[in-house]
Amino acid sequence: MEISDSVLDHLRFVAALPDLSGTRYELEAEIGRGGMGVVYSARDRQLDRHVALKVLDFALAGEAQLIARLEHPAIVPIHETGTLPDGRVFYTMKLVAGASLDHYVASSPSLAERLRVIRRVGEALAYAHTRGTIHRDLKPQNVMVGEFGEVYVMDWGVDPVAGTPQFRAPDARLDQRSDVFALGALLRSVLPATVPPALHAIAVKAMSSDPGARYPDAPALLEDIDRFEQGLAVEAWSEPLWHRLRRFGSRNAVLLWLLTAYAAVKFLLFFLRIF
Amino acid sequence: MNKILIGLFCGVILGTIDGASAWFYPEVRSMLTGIMVGSSIKGLIVGVLTGWFACKVQSTIWGIVVGSAFGLLFAFLVAAMSTVNGRHPYLEIMLPGFIVGAIVGFLTQRTGTQGPATKGAL
Repeated sequence: MEISDSVLDHLRFVAALPDLSGTRYELEAEIGRGGMGVVYSARDRQLDRHVALKVLDFALAGEAQLIARLEHPAIVPIHETGTLPDGRVFYTMKLVAGASLDHYVASSPSLAERLRVIRRVGEALAYAHTRGTIHRDLKPQNVMVGEFGEVYVMDWGVDPVAGTPQFRAPDARLDQRSDVFALGALLRSVLPATVPPALHAIAVKAMSSDPGARYPDAPALLEDIDRFEQGLAVEAWSEPLWHRLRRFGSRNAVLLWLLTAYAAVKFLLFFLRIF
Repeated sequence: MNKILIGLFCGVILGTIDGASAWFYPEVRSMLTGIMVGSSIKGLIVGVLTGWFACKVQSTIWGIVVGSAFGLLFAFLVAAMSTVNGRHPYLEIMLPGFIVGAIVGFLTQRTGTQGPATKGAL
């Protein structure tokens, strides 16, 4: 009996699906595929809720433990971990309804909104670094922006060779400065076509090929973004005088108008007295 | 620095400068010291009141409005008490006083801290 290609493909697909018969989860659909495993949406029969279920290609139970240790509003919480009948490890986590950062940016949010997302990602990284964890594979596809504007950093890596080329630091040994590089690359990827030079300089400094020339940590990068948003000089860019004056003018426009009004009134009163 | 202190210093400095501008008017140049002292005291009072307001309300617009209102009020009082060539210089004192009050109101909103740090409950 001959089997058609489409039937064969279907059989291959079904055979690759995880067997969740011994668990309380019911498979729904594949929602993502990465270097270390596949993420499915599933239904938790016991609690009657939808969850994200990640099946790891390797016996990397450490990944679940690693993420479970990270309790932060911008890190997806782990619900449970377990082992499938075929020996593969899986874990379930909150199913985030929203868009990945690359899709979110395609909807043309404001610059302030883009920077808010970067700030949330940076805060999650900074927290993880204090717990001795580095992400290793930060990229727009690993950042989710939820329906209510909440930001989640996904796919915390344990694979030492992980990383997406344009977001991966050229460092021999990955450490938190490698994540700073990736955060800079993430910042550059979310910026619109015409971007203020100070903001561009922040991304360039974070992405320096020399780890020593980058920001020492994620909070230092975020502080520079804060300075940019407050109209202050950023550490990453020694701005020319004309730009400094223009920034001072726009930051103190009200004060300059009031001083001009005062001078004008004084001149007016002086000349009214003469004529 | 406390917003009230910011208001006090800004009020005194701007008030003194405003008073010193009377030097351009020869008819009152002989009274310059008195004008400068009076103007700095006016600035001090407006500054303290505006700084106190800035501690209570955080709004640049309202800071400017209240500062200019205080500036106008005290400038009116000063003008009402002064006489130059037999007339009260309302316009010459109230118009700059109004703007100086607005500047102090702006500065107290944009700079300085809310007040001295309070100790938490033990």
